[in-house]
Amino acid sequence: METAAETAAPKITAKNVDVFYADTQALHNVSVDIPDRQVTAFIGPSGCGKSTFLRCINRMNDTIPICRVSGDITLDGQDIYDPNVDPVQLRAQVGMVFQKPNPFPKSIFDNVAYGPRIHGLSKDRAELEGIVEKALRRAALWDEVKDRLDTPGTGLSGGQQQRLCIARAIATRPEVLLMDEPCSALDPIATAQIEELIQDLSSRFSVVIVTHSMQQAARVSQRTAFFHLGNLVEFGNTDDIFTRPSDSRTEAYITGRIG
Amino acid sequence: MLTTLPFVLLLMGALLAYVINRRAAVSLRAGGAALHSSPGYHGLFAGLAVIIPVMVITLLWMFLDGAVIERMILAGLPAQAFDGDDAGAVSLILTEIQSLAGGRVFGEPEPWKQEAADRLNALHSASGILLIAVIVVVSIAILALRRARLSPEMRARQGSERLIHGLMVFCSVVAILTTIGIVSALLFETIKFLNKVPLTEFLFGLNWEPQIPIREDQVAASGAFGWIPVLIGTLVVTVVALTVAVPTGLFAAVYLNEFAHQKFRAFAKPILEILAGVPTVVYGFFAILVIAPALRSFGAGLGLDVAPNSALAAGVVMGVMLIPFITSFADDAISAVPQSLRDGALALGSTRGEAMTNVLFPAAIPGIVGGVLLAVSRAIGETMIVVMAAGLIARLTLNPLDSVTTVTVQIVTLLIGDTSFDNPKTLAAFALGMMLFLVTLGINILAIRIVHKYREAYD
Ligand SMILES: Nc1ncnc2c1ncn2[C@@H]1O[C@H](COP(=O)(O)OP(=O)(O)OP(=O)(O)O)[C@@H](O)[C@H]1O
Ligand SMILES: [Mg+2]
Repeated sequence: METAAETAAPKITAKNVDVFYADTQALHNVSVDIPDRQVTAFIGPSGCGKSTFLRCINRMNDTIPICRVSGDITLDGQDIYDPNVDPVQLRAQVGMVFQKPNPFPKSIFDNVAYGPRIHGLSKDRAELEGIVEKALRRAALWDEVKDRLDTPGTGLSGGQQQRLCIARAIATRPEVLLMDEPCSALDPIATAQIEELIQDLSSRFSVVIVTHSMQQAARVSQRTAFFHLGNLVEFGNTDDIFTRPSDSRTEAYITGRIG
Repeated sequence: MLTTLPFVLLLMGALLAYVINRRAAVSLRAGGAALHSSPGYHGLFAGLAVIIPVMVITLLWMFLDGAVIERMILAGLPAQAFDGDDAGAVSLILTEIQSLAGGRVFGEPEPWKQEAADRLNALHSASGILLIAVIVVVSIAILALRRARLSPEMRARQGSERLIHGLMVFCSVVAILTTIGIVSALLFETIKFLNKVPLTEFLFGLNWEPQIPIREDQVAASGAFGWIPVLIGTLVVTVVALTVAVPTGLFAAVYLNEFAHQKFRAFAKPILEILAGVPTVVYGFFAILVIAPALRSFGAGLGLDVAPNSALAAGVVMGVMLIPFITSFADDAISAVPQSLRDGALALGSTRGEAMTNVLFPAAIPGIVGGVLLAVSRAIGETMIVVMAAGLIARLTLNPLDSVTTVTVQIVTLLIGDTSFDNPKTLAAFALGMMLFLVTLGINILAIRIVHKYREAYD
């Protein structure tokens, strides 16, 4: 079954990516094509390298001194590990939401306004306020915080902090959004809101989400990649992965026998 | 030997109590009893129960036996010993007897003195033996009691926790009492000073000339004790020092923390620590030999008149002294900001500089402010550099090129040489010390409050 995603040029391609932390190899020869305007889910047992691969895509691994990445990763056909590419610029295009909420010790408003400010996305205060409000609304947080935008972001609950971080990431208007287990601290209502947001975002850019919830992967993603012990075991349409996995390890994982 | 033996015995007693009760508890448990506390606690409790009371007895004994023996010697002296019953003569005789007892014989002592000295020696050794006997008896008594009380239900853990808790309270009380003691000694002398010099003159007077005639017939001014020039001098030096130290220290910390190559950091950090360990006298030499002449010739080049001892030279060198202090404080504060915040900032497309100025540095401000204010306290209290480099004459000036004097320098000069503790000149040192204490106390309170306020805003 051919889908549009397989025919259209992928947003991100990774070829033969190996990652080492000092002498231990965390990823072995991973190759994936991440389509534009779709949601790609990474699933796999804990420690299999999902976060590591995610951090390759926005070069956050550069900040870990012992980490070494080899292979080719391109964004819109441009090699992102090319010496001419500025990782700072890259990270503005490829946003990231971390596994653990990490709001800055600043007000809620300043947290969301951080990206727009450093990238000069607004002409004046009114426009900035508009960007902040829109981001908070899309992250399903606006109603809870609209009366206390100047209180510290660190004073929010864990789930609210995670949504604040999502708002902060989307306020920077990335082209790709990498989300590392964004819903692990959220209640079912907030989770549903975030999943809705993910669907909404994928109409304009590509979203990569790491999740431990099969249901969530099945609900939100069009493509799914299954990692196991640093290998990309299977990558394909979400429907296929969940209904007719071709690898026995995938089947074992999604039916709950390994992981 | 005689002073260490009691302590050795004491420790051995405690150790013995520990071992015996622990063993006993272990064998109780081996016998099938369900112990409330583990054997270790039974041993610990017994050990503490021995060491605490016996230690108190020993210390009290050593503290008091001298006085008691003295009394006994005096009571046993023949009546002829006291010509007049004035206290000075008595203590003189006692000292003489004591040196005789110590084997230091001058000339031909009267036989009754020699006899008293022998008695003194006998009493001392008797006291030592008695103390050891008491230690042994009391230790064994307590040990036997604890061993007899040992039972599976005994709450030895709570017991030893209570004892340790008591010890901790005692230690903190000692620290607090020492502080109170120091402050009250200072306060006492300050009040004596204020009886001679009115408070308003001290606090608001613009003249500091603590030259008091030593003899009545000397022609000299009566002395002036207004601390404002001294205070201003201190502030000028401190401001100069901080102007040097704060920016340099903070930039160095930011550089080391975020931008420096790993190798450079590994090389620079130990050097900073060495700098922090240089004695301030050495900085004083540096100020006199290098900085002051350099400033003078530099000033001459600009047509400025720089005093040989200038606030600038002292302040600059003091600033150099404070750099490692501020750097290491700020470095620690910045390093303590969680990695996840830096990752968050970088992932939004910040450069490392932006991440530092917008996120890491602000998050580290409580620690940094605390460090800077501690540096202020150190600058105000610093003595050696200013003694060597700033000057002695109290001049009311804000010009850092002039020679000024500081509170600490004045305290030193007032107390140097022949001093008697009842003239205003000497007492003034204590008043200055009191003011120094109050100012640094105020700064430290401010530091704590600022840190607290930022904490509230940031976490
Ligand atoms: N900073 C690091 N230094 C050294 N090893 C690391 C580092 N980060 C990850 N690893 C190792 O790389 C492997 C993959 O880790 P990674 O965090 O990518 O797993 P993950 O799939 O995201 O797991 P989880 O689902 O628990 O988040 C693990 O074996 C981990 O120990
Ligand atoms: Mg992970």
